[in-house]
Amino acid sequence: MAKRRERIDRPIKVLSEDIYALESVSRMIYVAAPSVFPILFLLLLPLFTPSLYMQRVLILTAVYALLALSWDFIAVATGLVSLGQALFFGVGAYSAAILNLHFGLPPMVTLVVSTLGGAAIATALVAPCLPLRGIYFAMTTLVYPLLLARAIEATAVLGGTDGLVGIASFPNVWVERYLVLVFVLGATFALRRLLRTDFGLVMRSISDNDQAVRASAINITVYKLIAVYLASALGCFAGAYFTHLYMFVGLSAFSLDLSILPIACAVIGGMGTLVGPVLGAFILVPLAEMVRDLGTLRIVFYSLLLVALVLFKPEGLMNFLHRKYQQIERWVQV
Amino acid sequence: MLRSILIYGLINSIILALTAIGFSLTYGISRVANFAHGALYVLAGFAAWVLFYRLGLNYYLALFLAVVMVALIGAALYRFALIRVRGMPISEIIVTFALGTALLELLRFFGLFGSNYGLPPLRRATLQLSGVPVDFQRVAVVVIGVVLIAALWLFTHYTKVGLAFRAIAQDEQAAMMVGIDPDRMATLSLGLGSALAAIAAVVLLPLGYIAAESGTNILVYAIAVCILGGLESPAGVIVASLLIGYAQILSVAYFGPHYQMIVALLAILVTLVFRPSGLFGRQKELEERV
Amino acid sequence: MFEVTTDFLVVDELSKSFGGVKALDRLGFPVVQGEVLGIIGLNGSGKTTLVNVITGFIRPDSGHVRFRGKEITGLPPEKISGLGIARTFQTVRPFHHLPAFKNLIVPLYSSRIRSAAGGGRWGDRDAVALDLLEEVGFERDSAVPYKPAAALPHGYLRRLELARCLALRPEVIITDELFSGLSSSEVGSLMPLMERLRERGITLMMVEHRLRELFQLAGRVIVMEQGRKIAEGPPQAIVADKAVRETYLGAEL
Repeated sequence: MAKRRERIDRPIKVLSEDIYALESVSRMIYVAAPSVFPILFLLLLPLFTPSLYMQRVLILTAVYALLALSWDFIAVATGLVSLGQALFFGVGAYSAAILNLHFGLPPMVTLVVSTLGGAAIATALVAPCLPLRGIYFAMTTLVYPLLLARAIEATAVLGGTDGLVGIASFPNVWVERYLVLVFVLGATFALRRLLRTDFGLVMRSISDNDQAVRASAINITVYKLIAVYLASALGCFAGAYFTHLYMFVGLSAFSLDLSILPIACAVIGGMGTLVGPVLGAFILVPLAEMVRDLGTLRIVFYSLLLVALVLFKPEGLMNFLHRKYQQIERWVQV
Repeated sequence: MLRSILIYGLINSIILALTAIGFSLTYGISRVANFAHGALYVLAGFAAWVLFYRLGLNYYLALFLAVVMVALIGAALYRFALIRVRGMPISEIIVTFALGTALLELLRFFGLFGSNYGLPPLRRATLQLSGVPVDFQRVAVVVIGVVLIAALWLFTHYTKVGLAFRAIAQDEQAAMMVGIDPDRMATLSLGLGSALAAIAAVVLLPLGYIAAESGTNILVYAIAVCILGGLESPAGVIVASLLIGYAQILSVAYFGPHYQMIVALLAILVTLVFRPSGLFGRQKELEERV
Repeated sequence: MFEVTTDFLVVDELSKSFGGVKALDRLGFPVVQGEVLGIIGLNGSGKTTLVNVITGFIRPDSGHVRFRGKEITGLPPEKISGLGIARTFQTVRPFHHLPAFKNLIVPLYSSRIRSAAGGGRWGDRDAVALDLLEEVGFERDSAVPYKPAAALPHGYLRRLELARCLALRPEVIITDELFSGLSSSEVGSLMPLMERLRERGITLMMVEHRLRELFQLAGRVIVMEQGRKIAEGPPQAIVADKAVRETYLGAEL
C-alpha cells in the first residue's frame, strides 16, 4: 500500500496578511504563542544568567542579532547584499566615543545621537552607490570599512591604531542588560510591521523588479535611502552600545568578523524573515563563543557552516519552523 | 627619484596586473566574482612552501605543483559549490566570500601571519637599471607578467577553448546554441582564474611573506584594478594597473606606506560612484537606467 | 471627438546608438491625444529602444521628447510615469511574491495617485486594486485576484501589466509587444479591453508584432526600419504600401 506525506494548512482563515478570524481561546493562543513566548523568554533571560561571562555572551548575541537584522532588512527592502555591516557598526562606535570623550555627553545621549547621526553619515557614504546592484554594491560595502580603518591607521586620527579609551560606561547593569535586548525586540517588530504596510510592500517590490516600480511613478532611490538609513541605524546603535559597554573603541570596530557573522546568522535563521536572523544570532553567536578557545578557527567553522547552508539548506530555520507550525503533515494512502 | 619612481611604478603596475588578471578572466567568462581570489593566492604560496621546504621538492616543480593544485581547487569550487547557486548573485557572493574567509582563517590558524613563512626568490641578485638598483625577482616579475599577458591574449584569440571563452563571454545564449557548455566553461574559467592567482602568488610572494593578511589585500587590489578598468575588459586591466600602480608608488613616496591600500580602496569607490562600468567596461546597463 | 493638438506627445529627432549600432536614427513623429498609434518593424528596428527613451529608461544621444509642451527628455522614469505616461514591459516580470491585487498597491502608492486620492488609510487601496483587476478581466469573485502573481498564467500577467498602468490613471499607455506569447483567443479576449481604453480617451501607443489585431485597433501606423520611420499612415495604406510589403509584410498578409 503506497503512502505519501500530505501537507495541509491549518484551518485558520487568514483574511488578510494580519487579520485573523479567531473562534476560540486555544486558537488565539495558537496565533499569539510564537511571538509572545520568545519575547518573554528574552526579557527573562538576563534575570537567570548568573555569571558575568554569560551576561556578556548574551549581550554580544544581541549585538550580532542587530547586525543580522540590519543585513536582512537591506536584503529584503532593496535586494542588495551588504558585505560591510562593519561600516555601520564602526561609524556608530566611533561617533559614540567622540561624542562622549570630546563633548562630554552621557552614554544615553550619545546612544541616541550616534544612532541617528551615525546612520545619517553611513547612509551618506553608501548613497552614491545605491543605483548599483549585485556584486557592484557588495564590493562598495566591502571597501568602506577597510577604507575607514586604513584611513584612521594612516592619519593616526581618532587614536590611530591604539583606539580610544576611557569612554563612560552605562549608569547601571540593568540598563546595560536590558537596553540592547529591548532594542532588538523593538526593532524586529517595528521593521516587520513596516514591511507589512503599503510603504513596506513597495520596498519589498523593489527587490523583485525595480524597473516596474520606477514605471509605477515611484522614486526607488528614496525608498532605498530610507531602507539603508534604518538598517544603518541598527548597526550604529550596536556599535555605540558596544563602545560604552567596553569603554573602548578601536580599529576592530571595522573588522571583517562583524560583516560575515551577521550574514551567517541571517542565513541560518532564514533570509527575508527578519525574525529569522535574530533567531540565527541566538543560535550561532553562543556557539561561536563556546569555541572561542579555538581562536580564528571559529571563523572557519561558521564560514563553512554558512557555505553549507547556502548551498544545501537555503530555506533557513524560520521558514522551516513556520511551515511546521502552520501546516499539518500526515501520511495518506494513495 | 624620478627614475626610481618610473621603474618601481612599472614593476608595481605589473604586480597589480598579475593579481587582477585571474579575477578579471573568471568574471569575464562566467560572471562569477570570485571573492575567494585572495585566499587562493595565499593558499598557493603556502602550498609551494610545503612542497619546497617540507617535502623537499625541486623549487620549480614545487611552484608548478602549487599552481596546478590551486587551479584544481578553483575548478572544484565551481563544479561542486557554485554550480548549485548559479544565477543567484546573493548566494554566489556569500559562497565565494565565506569560503575565502574560511580558507584564510584556517591558514592563519596554521600560523600563516606576520613574517613566519616566506618563499625564496628565483635568484638572489640585484641589477642596476639606469642607475636604479632592482632585485632580480622584480625583474623576473615584470618578464613573467608580460609573457603571461601575451600568452593569455594568444590563448583567447587562437585556441579552441579560448575562443569558446570569448564566445560565452559575449553571448551566453548564442554560445550554448553552437554547443558550448556554459558549466564546463565556467569550471574551466574558475580553474584558469585560480591558476593565474597562484602564478601571481608564486612569483610575487618571494618579495614579501606568505601571510593571511595579504589575502584580503590581494582581493582588494584585484577588485580595484578590475573595477577601474571595467570588469571583464582585458585592456582595462592593463591600463588600470598602470594608473593605480603609479598612483600607489607616488602616494607611498610622498605620504607613507599606508597609502598603498588607501589608493586602491579610493579607486574602487570613485569608479563605482562616477563611472561604474569602469574605463573600458561595456556594461552599458550600469550607465543606462535600464 | 477629441481635441487634436500637436503638442500632446511629440518625439523629435531622437537618435540613440549602442556601440556603433544605430537603434534610433533621427526619429520624429507626434502622437495625437486620444489616438491609437501602432509602431511596427522587424526585430532590431529600434522599437523597444523608442519605448525606453520615451519613458526615461534610456537617455537618447540627441533629440527631444515633449509632453504637453514640456520637455521630458532625460527625466527619470518615475517622473515620466508620474506625468501620466504609463508603459508595459516586453518581458512580464510581476512582483512574484505578492498576490495579484497587491501588485497594484505599488502604483497606487505613488505620489501621483496618493495626492489625487487625498490620502486614505493603508488597506483602502486593496479595494481600488480589486476594482482595477476586475476592469482588466480578473473574475472578481474567484480566487484569481488573490493568487500569488507567480502562479498566474501568462494571459493574466499581461492583464496585470495593463492594470498596473491603469492604476496610474494614465493619459498615455505605451505597450511593448503586449500580445506576444498569447494565443489568438487570448488576444481576442484582450481586444474589447483595448477598445474600452481607447473609448475612455486614453492615448495608446502600441509596439506590436501581431499586425492583424493591431490594424483593427490602430488609427495610424508607423513602420520603423533601422531606427528610422520608413512609412506612416492608416492601416489600409500601410498594407497597400509596396515598399513596406516588400521589406516586412510579405508573408504575413
